[in-house]
Amino acid sequence: MTSLPAPEERSGKKLGLVIDLDTCVGCHACAVSCKEWNTQGYSAPLTDVDAYGSDPVGAWLNRIHSYEVETADGQPNRTVHFPRSCLHCEEPACVTVCPTGASYKRAEDGIVLVNPDTCIGCKLCSWACPYGAREYDPSHGVMKKCTLCVDRIYNEHLEPEDRQPACVRACPAGARHYGDLGDPESAVSKLVAEREGYDLLPQSGYKPVNKYLPPRPRRTGAESDGPKAPKALEPLGPADGSLTEQFFMWADKVLSR
Amino acid sequence: MHPAYSVIFFTTASGAGYGLLALLGLGAVFGVAFPQGPLFCIVAFGLSLGLITLGLLSSTFHLGHPERAWRAFSQWRSSWLSREGVAAFATYVPAGLFGVLWLAGFEGGVAWKILGFLSAALAVITVWCTGMIYGCLTTIRQWNHALVAPIYVVLSGATGLVLFALLMQGFGSGRAWHVGFAMAGLVAAALIKSVYWRSIDQAPRDLTIGDATGLGRLGKVRQLEAPHTQTNFVQREMGYKVARKHARKLRLMCLLLGFGACFVACGLTFLLPAWTATAWLIVAACAAAFAVVVERWLFFAEAEHVVNLFYGTPQA
Repeated sequence: MTSLPAPEERSGKKLGLVIDLDTCVGCHACAVSCKEWNTQGYSAPLTDVDAYGSDPVGAWLNRIHSYEVETADGQPNRTVHFPRSCLHCEEPACVTVCPTGASYKRAEDGIVLVNPDTCIGCKLCSWACPYGAREYDPSHGVMKKCTLCVDRIYNEHLEPEDRQPACVRACPAGARHYGDLGDPESAVSKLVAEREGYDLLPQSGYKPVNKYLPPRPRRTGAESDGPKAPKALEPLGPADGSLTEQFFMWADKVLSR
Repeated sequence: MHPAYSVIFFTTASGAGYGLLALLGLGAVFGVAFPQGPLFCIVAFGLSLGLITLGLLSSTFHLGHPERAWRAFSQWRSSWLSREGVAAFATYVPAGLFGVLWLAGFEGGVAWKILGFLSAALAVITVWCTGMIYGCLTTIRQWNHALVAPIYVVLSGATGLVLFALLMQGFGSGRAWHVGFAMAGLVAAALIKSVYWRSIDQAPRDLTIGDATGLGRLGKVRQLEAPHTQTNFVQREMGYKVARKHARKLRLMCLLLGFGACFVACGLTFLLPAWTATAWLIVAACAAAFAVVVERWLFFAEAEHVVNLFYGTPQA
């Protein structure tokens, strides 16, 4: 049913992601990990057409943009890496426009999914999404989108630490956080409150569940914030006591005066 | 937005078909003197239901799984596309019975008139639903406009009126008011489209890449690096720019070579010998088809999806 679950049917749970634009390094590991997991899980097949040719095309559920921000404070421009995937909106028009009922929003946790067995591939849902979160799979003839790794997060065959979306597990910078944004006491909700996380295009009225944490203000160098770096380098590791080592330790001490 | 050729063919062909069907139905209600004999009925219904059916079939060509198209009848509570499917299918019932009664010689009866009215009403509802599929999308400024659904209905009516005048003339029952109504329909079509174009041109393009990313709070945003080296589905589907470059010329072509030429061809039936009228109305029908195809192409090509902001478009 593509009518959204009524407020009284919803559990209050809003599973989603919090993406820290301050720490994201733009390595694309989340996108690659997502593709790898989803080409064998719920979204399988997620193949690329002409993958090694001159014009490869295929559905990916996560895309990482890089933007340059010209700040007014005279500082050098900032680079902000910006992962973009389904925001599992509370009022998703991609679901209500679906003519077949293949797109739906789960009442129990708010995850927005596509049933690949009933999707007719009309692509109207992708037109309704302002975030470009849905990508048509040319090899499968149906629409694909982020499932919030619904086949991982409840999967009891996995170790507890693996029961989170593949992108979150893969992020080497800790820039992706997963949790219940409907619970104000959850770690992700507290993080959003502390860092003033924001919605993408709030004027769309779709009420995205995923939140973005803005880049922190940059240190200007004029203010003293935190311990100063040591004036000279300390010797790294224990000395082996050789004559050369002793010479360099003496030289370091002399030059540090 | 990328113009899907099957959808352009569908909306223009079935639009004309529904327009003609609605006029046959309204003609029955208001007691228009239709040509005698079954041949007119066969040709008129063949043309209108043929255009409708061809259009509906072609609309399934752009689906990834056409064999599942029947599922689209289920979500009429929330989806305009589903409503369109239901209305399109429902129209066949009174339209089929309307045609059968006509062929069986019940022409002029109350049942025949009621079925004519129902056919006309459902035809208009179907075309309205088609317009609302686009009109309800808040992601596309040029589509989420109050005139979009009315334009679909007016253009369907205008093309239907031209076909109606052609059929009546072809069967020797042509009257001046048939062509006059067609000309009025063409003026209405050109007028509503011009008002729409003016309106979308004047609307502020107030969403920026900074608004979309939320990074506008830090300063001026531009795309440094795209997420992928090749264009993806989102860019191919939503980022189409080919016809937008020529939008001005194509709009003029639609108005002058399309609706304008059609209007002139209709007008010539009054000035030139009566035996040439059918030929001029065939020219008019071709010009009307050209106009709506160009209009529909532009409707897609001029539509700018908000997602393009993420891909570096400064404003939408």
